[in-house]
This record gives sequence, C-alpha cells and structure tokens, in this order.
Amino acid sequence: MITQYLFYFLTFVAIFSALLVVFSKNPIYSALYLIVTFFATAGHYFLLNAQFLAAVHVIVYAGAIMVLFIYVIMMLNLNKEVEPHKSTMLKVAATVCGGVLGLVLVAGLRETELTALSEYSNPSIGLIERLGNVLFGTYMVPFEISAVLFLSAMVGAVFLSKKTIH
Amino acid sequence: MDIIKGVPLTSYILLCSILFAIGALGVLYRRNALVIFMCIELMLNAVNLLMVAFSRYFNDSNAQVFVFFIMAVAAAEVSVGLAILMMVYRNTKTTDIDALSKLKY
Repeated sequence: MITQYLFYFLTFVAIFSALLVVFSKNPIYSALYLIVTFFATAGHYFLLNAQFLAAVHVIVYAGAIMVLFIYVIMMLNLNKEVEPHKSTMLKVAATVCGGVLGLVLVAGLRETELTALSEYSNPSIGLIERLGNVLFGTYMVPFEISAVLFLSAMVGAVFLSKKTIH
Repeated sequence: MDIIKGVPLTSYILLCSILFAIGALGVLYRRNALVIFMCIELMLNAVNLLMVAFSRYFNDSNAQVFVFFIMAVAAAEVSVGLAILMMVYRNTKTTDIDALSKLKY
C-alpha cells in the first residue's frame, strides 16, 4: 500500500536527518537538517489526517523558529572553527546514555498490546472545523492565557537583548 | 477517506521513541547551546507526533489542541532562550554550555 511506503519513507527521512542534526559539526548544517526533520514530521501529520496541525507545524517551526535559529547563527557567526569540542570520553558516555535510553524505550514499547478501540474510524478528527470547535469551546481560557504568554515572551526577549543592562 | 490504515500504532510509538532518544542524545552529546536548543525541539516534536497518533487512535480532538498549545509554548521558549543565548554570547564570547558552569560570567 502506498501509505505504508510513504510512512516508512518519512520515518527514514526523519530519523536520518535527526541523526545528522546531532552529528554534523557545523551548526548551520544542524539547522538545515532540522528543517528536513520538521518537514518529515509535517508529512507524518498529513498521513494521520491532521491537516491543520501539519500547516501550523510548517508555519511555526519551519517558518518562525528556524528563522530565529538561523538569524542567531548568522549574528553569532558560528561555524566549524568556533565549535566547542568535548573530550572523546564524554562523547562516548553521551552516546552510550542516549543509546541505552533509546534501547530501553524501544524494547519496552515493542510488544505493546493496544486495545482495538475505534481503529481510526473518524477521519475528520484533525480537520480545522472540529479543532476550532474544541479550541474555542473547551479550551477558550488556555487559549487566551497563551496570548498573555506570548506577550510576556516578547517583552522578555526584547528586554534581554537590549544592550544596556548590567 | 482513511489514509492511515495499514500502519499500526506501534510503529508510531517506536518512531517517536527513537526520535526522542536521538534528541536526548543530542543534548548530552553537543556542547553548543544552540544545537542543544535544536535537540530540545526535536524531543518536543517526537512528543507531538505521538500525541497526534494517539488522538487519531482514540478519536479524540483534545490531544490535537494540546499539540497546538505545545507548539505555542515551544515558540515562546525559543524566542526567550535565544535572547538569553545572545546575552551569554555577548558576555562570554562563546556558546559553549560549559562556560556557564559557574552561574556567573
């Protein structure tokens, strides 16, 4: 089936580029591979029929967050030469820790028995009409509070980046 | 139209576990504070994807609204975090996370 092939292709792209984010020496390459990972994740959202979240994901992550990252890389002039180096022992320890975490998660969740609940019966779950009803019904107050959160984040960011604080 | 049939939920759980582990590995492995931020985003992404898969499985829209809120909080977090990183760089001239081990510059 085509969706299965698409799933495995997107999975491969996501995991491969996530590994490259971690292991590339140059921060700008990390940022670019992170964009690839975000697009693969957006593809997964499309496969799950969560079209609204896929669009928001591309706009917020690939559009806003990655622009911030790349701007900071540009302003700090980060490249391969100024990249700090860890000692080999710490790198091995980090790899072992991360690998063991992944191993434990995969081994523990591999055999999960899931009760066959509704078996993906309602495809309209991720459409914007349904989500809008939930968001502006049950979650009205958290939505307004997140607006306050954004305002405070903006004020904080402006305050922190001003030159004359000491 | 049901395009997800044929992919079991366990595949999504495994994919998200692996992505989360890669993000955690990146936080431990790298010393550049900017790349550590990116790896945190990677972990948030894994959680979001798992949440959407479960919301599809349980036919529940609430989880997708939660994913929306997680994205909003991640955007706020990144803007403040990068401002802090700029301040750190201005004072220490490096993005090495070990330069902050003394809690002063």
